[in-house]
Amino acid sequence: MDTPIKNDKITLSATSLGVIDSGKNAGSGALYRKALGRPMRQIRAENFFKRTLVLMGLIMVILVFGILLTLIVQSIPSIKALGVKYLWGRTWDPVQDIYGAFPFLLGTLLTSFLALIISVPFSIAVAIFLGEYYPKGWLSDFLKNTVELIAAVPSVIYGFWGLAVLVPIVRSFETKIGVDPIGVGIFTSSLILAVMIIPYAASLGRSVIQMVPSSLKEGAYALGATRWEVIRSVILPYTKSGLFAGILLSLGRALGETMAVTMVIGNTSQLPKSIFAPGNTMASVIANEFTEADKAVYLSALIELGLVLFLVTTVINMIGKRVISRFTNE
Amino acid sequence: MKNLFNPKIYLASIILISVLGLTSCGGGGTGSAKSDSTASAGGDDNSLIGAGSSFDNPLFSKMFSEYNKMNGLKINYQSVGSGAGISQLTNKTVDFGASDAPMNPKQDSAVSAPVLHIPVTAGAVAISYNLADVKDTLMLTPAILADMFLGKITKWNDPKIAAVNKGVKLPNVAVVIVHRSDGSGTTNIFTTYLSKVNEEWSSKVGKGSSVNWPVGLGGKGTEGVAGMVKQTPGAIGYIELAYAIQNNMAYAKVQNKAGNFITPTIASVTAAANISIPPDSKVSLTNTEAADGYPISGFSWVLLYQEQKYNSRSADRASKLLKLISWMIHDGQQYSGPLTYAPLSPAAVAVGDAILKSATYDGKPILQ
Repeated sequence: MDTPIKNDKITLSATSLGVIDSGKNAGSGALYRKALGRPMRQIRAENFFKRTLVLMGLIMVILVFGILLTLIVQSIPSIKALGVKYLWGRTWDPVQDIYGAFPFLLGTLLTSFLALIISVPFSIAVAIFLGEYYPKGWLSDFLKNTVELIAAVPSVIYGFWGLAVLVPIVRSFETKIGVDPIGVGIFTSSLILAVMIIPYAASLGRSVIQMVPSSLKEGAYALGATRWEVIRSVILPYTKSGLFAGILLSLGRALGETMAVTMVIGNTSQLPKSIFAPGNTMASVIANEFTEADKAVYLSALIELGLVLFLVTTVINMIGKRVISRFTNE
Repeated sequence: MKNLFNPKIYLASIILISVLGLTSCGGGGTGSAKSDSTASAGGDDNSLIGAGSSFDNPLFSKMFSEYNKMNGLKINYQSVGSGAGISQLTNKTVDFGASDAPMNPKQDSAVSAPVLHIPVTAGAVAISYNLADVKDTLMLTPAILADMFLGKITKWNDPKIAAVNKGVKLPNVAVVIVHRSDGSGTTNIFTTYLSKVNEEWSSKVGKGSSVNWPVGLGGKGTEGVAGMVKQTPGAIGYIELAYAIQNNMAYAKVQNKAGNFITPTIASVTAAANISIPPDSKVSLTNTEAADGYPISGFSWVLLYQEQKYNSRSADRASKLLKLISWMIHDGQQYSGPLTYAPLSPAAVAVGDAILKSATYDGKPILQ
């Protein structure tokens, strides 16, 4: 009985939206007529406000391109000295001025994607639970705030926690499965990263799941679908681009995370042999070595590492955008 | 409502834009911003600026606060790391720098005028390890140390280690090497030592404030290495002696050039520095000739320009700086011991005095 009424409401609100839309031009005309009677000062203020908005937008664009330009200019000495070999070189030797970014590139991608794989089931589960099962109530508020708190904790605290709690646990786990029991490494940093990035996908996922029109869900229920079937065949298909955007957001966070990773990854320039081996990421190499980079090429090689990180993040974001738009067009 | 609101928007956006404009200017010209700060500090408001070694920072804080009580001179020391200190001195944004390693040829070629190195304190690098069941202090030879850090000795019960540690029951545990992940003067001292005592290390890895470690884990900062050593069974790593003493960590005796196994202590580090020091004081104390000296130790230097008249500095400022450094290597040394720094040896103080006398202002000597 409820369904048709709700449907009516939705169409009603849609038409009322249309009314507002079509009435916009007429309304603004009235505004102009009114404005004639107002002091010039006020009109100027309007224009000024608009220009300010444009300026702010422009500043953001200039800022991003400025950063890119700075990175490119500063890494020219390194590009000149090392060429493209920099990207797949496996040795990072500041003493002999040989710089190859491959171990760090691999480390960054490995930790981030591993973290993503670990975190996605949790973030989607939290999103469904909060968006569909318990959208209201104290329990839901509590869980929501807790998940959001995860994002608010400074990353150095995750680093400490990882070092003090997670590393010993991983070490005993490694002893059991028979790999070198060192505790720190790619696997440990992926675990830490996974915890850190859960809230990004979870919050976005929760809001898109809450936005699924109840008409769709109720239609499915009316056809005899169970709750699981509704989630699987209505909610998830309807929200997949939003969920994917959330996952992309968490991936971006994982790629750039520095402090927590540095503390638990083991920081070695050797190529990691397995996911339990120590490694290094681009961000943590920069953080570690920047202050004492005493040679021009060394410094430039570190900046080029920043450039590579910038480009990797951009490329992954672009691929993600393509995937999202394909999902939406379907 | 709107009338009230408009001027506010006006004001807010003007403030915002001007702030943005200012910050972007500052970002664009870091050089100019920095020289500005020196210029303002250069107004002889009774203060000096220094930057560099983080190893020196606890000692310098104590020294500068004591000096401030006596002379009222305020010294602002930024503990940014030796390399950064040298580059700030190169850019002439500080009055003095501090470094755990003498300037290398590349850094030398970057500065516009000769820089004086004055030894101000000495420190040691302790080899700390985590073997819960071994109660005796381990003894290590340079060969064992190099082989461990090269990844050639992988178990603690290796016959080579057992040969020098007779009577010690060594466990069958894997050796986990821990090194610094960030560039550091401590790494420089340690790798300089290994390069001196081991041919293979010298050709394969070399020396520097960051090197390409063949094996092991990296910890960020002294506390990062110490934490990892404490946590990981079978770990061995190098840390500043002061940190190892203050945190009650186990550290090894290391065989020196004379063949004696030496425990790192303040006395054995001072002893290591009691060798003939070249007139420019740029000497590495590693693998010292002194029979009772700990082999992995090194000076820390204060760096300043020989010609003190630059960037419109006043003669007064120059003489204040020279007096301060002279005090640091004489009376200031009394604060070393309690903070587990090694006081300078008489030989080092004598060389430091001679170098300080060579500093000039407009071509005239400053200290008589």
